[in-house]
Amino acid sequence: MLETIVSIALLMIAIAMAMLIYRVIKGPTTPDRVIALDALGINLVAIVALTSILLKTSAFLDIILLIAILAFIGTVAFSKYLEKGVIIENERNR
Amino acid sequence: MKTKENDIILQTCTKVVLFIIILFSVHSFFAGHYEPGGGFIGGLMTSGALVLLLIAYDKKTVAKILPIDYKIMIAVGLLFAVGTAAGAIFFNVPFLTHAFGHIDLPILGDTSLHTATLFDLGVYLVVIGVTMTIIQTIGEDE
Repeated sequence: MLETIVSIALLMIAIAMAMLIYRVIKGPTTPDRVIALDALGINLVAIVALTSILLKTSAFLDIILLIAILAFIGTVAFSKYLEKGVIIENERNR
Repeated sequence: MKTKENDIILQTCTKVVLFIIILFSVHSFFAGHYEPGGGFIGGLMTSGALVLLLIAYDKKTVAKILPIDYKIMIAVGLLFAVGTAAGAIFFNVPFLTHAFGHIDLPILGDTSLHTATLFDLGVYLVVIGVTMTIIQTIGEDE
């Protein structure tokens, strides 16, 4: 029963990720692609969580936090590049 | 005309998130013996936290907060790894033989301590040093 529900949820997330990949490829502007990549990362978190339910293991729970942190840092770095043109400044002008 | 830039949301978020990332990296460093984790992923997460600090602020501020020469950090990490490996020679056992034992610590109680942790600490320091050296060298403009 639970496996059926989890499989259906995995299928739904797979469809959502396919639509997001379409947005990454087609996206007219770069911010569209960045947002789609961020959402892809969050969907990957859901995939890992559902897979660890399917496999009945708690070994992947660290990966969830890891993917979330990396998605955040990556999105912030992309956004700063789009906004200022550099990712790491030598000295801020306040 | 460009308006005055203000990264207040990013900087306040960084102040909160930074410590969570560092705690997570320390956790996965110490959990490495019994659970997934270890020196490599712990070092990468710590340098990820430092990269977030570099993104939110600038290189001068980060150098003021953490006055660390990462090239020396690589050397100290390699010294830890080689020293743990070479320490075995003095006890008439082969190179890289590790020792472990149960020790009663004052607060933590019965704790199993293993010299592989010191080797892992070397890996941790080397990973942080290499990652931060690469990122800071590439990030340098002009």
